[in-house]
Amino acid sequence: MQGISKRYGGVRALQDARLVVEAGRIHAVLGENGAGKSTLIKIMAGVVAPDEGTMLLDGRPVAFASPAAANAAGIVCIFQELSLIPDLSVADNIAISNPPRRFGLIDARAQRRMAEEALARAGAHDIHPLALVKDLSLSRRQMVEIAKALGRRPRILILDEATSALTAADVTTIYGVLRRLRADGLALVYISHRMHEIAELADECTVFCNGRSVASYVAGTKTDNEVVELMIGREYSGVFPPRAPRAASDAAPRLELRHLRWTDRLNDISLRLHAGEVVGLGGLDGQGQRELLLALFGVLRGTTGEVRVDGRPVVIDGPHTAKRKDIGMALIPEDRKTEGLMLPMSVRDNLSFAALARLSRWGIVDAQAEHAAVQRIVKLLGVRTDGTDGAAGSLSGGNQQKLVIGKWLMMAPRIILLNDPTRGIDVGTKQEIYALLRELAGEGVAILFYSTDYDELVGCCDRVLVMYDGAIKRELAGAEITERALVSSALNIGGAAPPLAEAVGAPAL
Amino acid sequence: MGEIDSTSNRLRSQPDGAELRAAGAFGEWRRRVDPAIASAFGCILVLLLLGSLYSSSFLSPEYLLQQLKVASFLGVIATGMMIVILLGQIDLSVPWVVAVGGMMATAATGWGPVGVALAIPVGIGCGIALGLLNGCGVAFLRIPSMIVTLAVNAVAQGLMVVHTGGFSPQDASSPAMRFIATGHSLFGIPNALLVWAVVGGAAVFLLTRTTFGRTVYAIGNRERAAYLSGARTRLVVMAAFAISGGLSALGGVLLAGYASKAAQAMGDPYLLPAIAAVVLGGTSILGGRGRYLGTVAGVILITLLQSILSVMQIEEFGRHVIYGVAIIAMLLVYGRGRRHSD
Amino acid sequence: MNVTMNANGDWPYRLREHRGTLLALLAFVVMFTIYASNHPAGLNANVATTAANKGVLLAIVAMAQTLVVLTSGIDLSVGMVMVLANCLASTIVVGSPLMTALGALGVLLVGGVCGAINGLIVVFGRLQPIVTTIATGAVYYGAALALRRVPGGDISAPLADALTGQLPGGVPASLALLLALVLIVWLPFRRSAIGRAAYAVGSSEVAAYMSGVPVRRAKFVAYTLSGLLASVAGLFITCITYSGEASAANGNTYTLYSIAAVVLGGVSLFGGSGSAVGAIFGALMFRTIGDLLFVFNLDPLWQPLFQGVVLAAAVCLGAARLLQVRNRLDLYG
Repeated sequence: MQGISKRYGGVRALQDARLVVEAGRIHAVLGENGAGKSTLIKIMAGVVAPDEGTMLLDGRPVAFASPAAANAAGIVCIFQELSLIPDLSVADNIAISNPPRRFGLIDARAQRRMAEEALARAGAHDIHPLALVKDLSLSRRQMVEIAKALGRRPRILILDEATSALTAADVTTIYGVLRRLRADGLALVYISHRMHEIAELADECTVFCNGRSVASYVAGTKTDNEVVELMIGREYSGVFPPRAPRAASDAAPRLELRHLRWTDRLNDISLRLHAGEVVGLGGLDGQGQRELLLALFGVLRGTTGEVRVDGRPVVIDGPHTAKRKDIGMALIPEDRKTEGLMLPMSVRDNLSFAALARLSRWGIVDAQAEHAAVQRIVKLLGVRTDGTDGAAGSLSGGNQQKLVIGKWLMMAPRIILLNDPTRGIDVGTKQEIYALLRELAGEGVAILFYSTDYDELVGCCDRVLVMYDGAIKRELAGAEITERALVSSALNIGGAAPPLAEAVGAPAL
Repeated sequence: MGEIDSTSNRLRSQPDGAELRAAGAFGEWRRRVDPAIASAFGCILVLLLLGSLYSSSFLSPEYLLQQLKVASFLGVIATGMMIVILLGQIDLSVPWVVAVGGMMATAATGWGPVGVALAIPVGIGCGIALGLLNGCGVAFLRIPSMIVTLAVNAVAQGLMVVHTGGFSPQDASSPAMRFIATGHSLFGIPNALLVWAVVGGAAVFLLTRTTFGRTVYAIGNRERAAYLSGARTRLVVMAAFAISGGLSALGGVLLAGYASKAAQAMGDPYLLPAIAAVVLGGTSILGGRGRYLGTVAGVILITLLQSILSVMQIEEFGRHVIYGVAIIAMLLVYGRGRRHSD
Repeated sequence: MNVTMNANGDWPYRLREHRGTLLALLAFVVMFTIYASNHPAGLNANVATTAANKGVLLAIVAMAQTLVVLTSGIDLSVGMVMVLANCLASTIVVGSPLMTALGALGVLLVGGVCGAINGLIVVFGRLQPIVTTIATGAVYYGAALALRRVPGGDISAPLADALTGQLPGGVPASLALLLALVLIVWLPFRRSAIGRAAYAVGSSEVAAYMSGVPVRRAKFVAYTLSGLLASVAGLFITCITYSGEASAANGNTYTLYSIAAVVLGGVSLFGGSGSAVGAIFGALMFRTIGDLLFVFNLDPLWQPLFQGVVLAAAVCLGAARLLQVRNRLDLYG
């Protein structure tokens, strides 16, 4: 792949990206979230089309109109979002795109043999072909997904964070499978954050940073630190507002959590958040950060543990309780399009929605108060919009996110939770949001936010809590928060890179 | 409200022109004049013209007023249906909730003078109760509304069969019922029309000026976002179904007043036209979009259609076919879903 | 590394897959036992035949509804297609054996066309099934009215007797018809690629699309077959009543009851799981419950209420699993 570029609205996902993959080799692709890896892979797998650039397969130029076309050419991709049908059996799923037939009907026996073969190839012997996918754990499902991909006889196999959901034992099995496939002559593209996995498996590596392929090298020729540096890059001198020194106070923490537990995703989390503090949640994706925020906001059922606001124990059974005056919590959710805004509704309606009760008397909305409040927020946040009557869906991503934030600012919250707030947002708006967060903190708001962007965590936070497997494993404060510390503690949880043999036996990172 | 007067205005992001132009002129126009409502009124004009071709008295004020009076019954019922559809749900319990309204109101007249006085509230109250059942099933048990309302419809039918012993109900309507359904006041405007006007006015107020109405639109657009914004979505859904039940029952009360008594299956002919009226008026069946003016247009449209068909002496079967085809046609223009590749 | 080590461990999985259907079967057997043992006339061939005829009629409509529900749609026009088929059959399924056969084929064809129209509108028009089928139901009812403004007509007597009578040994012929439908229509559908595609679409349309499943074709076939089966029901009812009647009440009742049967039969209303066989038992169970009132000398006046409450209860049970949800966001679409 050469010269590949892709824009999504105002955001440049890929710029002149380059990737060369050889048969019989495992090629690792590294980069932070938003660096462009996923976009490149989607282009390769036929899910999206590039704006510019060429793709050569066996030396011949190709372009794929759909995933099916890419599959036909021998490129199969295993995405993070599984494509399994929950109510069908494992065998049905594996053979779904091309089931063996007899007299026009599906030959169940042949299908089962095919499934068993594919499962064996994937090393998943203990998965029964007749089991329903919805009864399987996430790790087992991922194995089935891998088996399904192998059943299509690919020539190039792409794994996008394929091991993120696997248990340690399964990960070891997959290593074996991937090595075997490599020996069989497949070309494998392996996207992962996990340094020790890459060290274990990869023959070559390519690093992506801010949409560009910044380096390609043979595995093992760069140290971990060098790689981390490449991943971080320095595209813009990230201007972050200076952190004001916080006066230590004896007051009870604004938000305190004790021993929070929820199913198997959150394990005994305790934390404290003081007024005026900006605390970040770090760690690899999917370690429970999002669930923690949802749990605080009252969205999860069956949580155990204690929550205290300003020292008083509270029970938050839903967002309507969380936003109550005495608690004053706000959540900027993960997906602004489906969770933060009602896109077809007007900018004004979206902005005033959370604070509707405060803008109305006896259930009747005070239009003037609403108008004034909306204008104030639009001006405050600098939302670029043609009046407030337009649909929220017509705004750019950054402005949409401003709407979500503005909606909650109308409630004058005292605790703000943010779930990856600047993902997919242009640089300028990001900086505005950082400045806003710092100002809010200066006025005494307690802020807890999860971000996949290390720069942000370094630049904005007073403290960072690094999470792993549903628990807080490490806390970095003040000057301790550096990119290196964040990346390495997220990847290696312990500081120094462990010897390879030990890493394989260790719990999957 | 805590003010955050800040000078973050300093850092303004670069304009992202490409994305913003979409909001421009066309969108503005489209909001002012909803194409669906415009075409609904257009169709009304066409029908009036057609009718006048058949009979010169079609356009006379008396006849038009008569049409509006007949439309009122459907109008009241369609108002409740619209609120539920705006939520993204549907209320298929209309047939027998209408019947319950009519039958319980007439039954109340048999309970002595207190009963006669309270006939109308009793009828509406029963409708609200059934609506709350619908609401509970949808809001708390998360059962798809079409199933819940079908079940409640069946239960309501069962209750009425038991109540009437399978025969036609013999109770007569109270004088109040007859008055609001058939009387005239205020410059000769039929009372039924006034009832619809009041109901409609309240609906418009509710939908456009209250937090309830805002939440209804929000839920219809994106219930998840409404929930995460702290709206009491379950209560709003329950209330919406309760209102729909109450209004359906009110429709039944009016019908019973008009005919001076209730009848078995009196609500059956109103389900499909109510849905049709709402949908033809530009309200999206998926929820979140629609204006009451459109429902008014839809109701009048359906009523006129019915009149024309009977004036033209098109047989009953033609009426049904035309209803069905009209809804499909309208939906194909305004209510289509998205392709997978979108 | 033994791949086939689970060969004798299949049963738990097969049971899991058919759980809903087996529960429905069990419930039906219980109900029917209560019914038969308490029937004043005892369980003789005639009693069985009458019961079977009514039950099979609903079962066929329930099968039709199942096909659509599997794709996570709903067909509110099944009752009306049945009524249309009824009116048509009372007109053309008469005369010589050849005429009768052609007439029957004609009825089936019309049913298939009705289903195909539903399918086309839902798939290519991309309209919601619920509103589509309410509207098309009105159209089909209109057509039925056009055929039979007043009840009347006739049907070939030999055909009617064959289908509603008894086979040697006292077995109701209608059960044989039902069995034939299952063998000829349902099982091939279920085992075919397109049938499995229908399940996939109902289970997760997005995942199905990403897996290259023919989503549109699956839905279209489901709706068309549904119409076909509804017309078989219409033909059958003509055999029972020997006449055609454009009864809207009848049509609506059967539509509603078919949904009840589907739910009772363990078919998920959200799509993707369940079996028409389960729906058949659900239908038979539903009918038997209604008849239980008669058997226990309860006032038939209470039957509609009883059946309505049973439907409500079945629906609530079906939704019970949602109460297990741990993340409330999953409740909201």
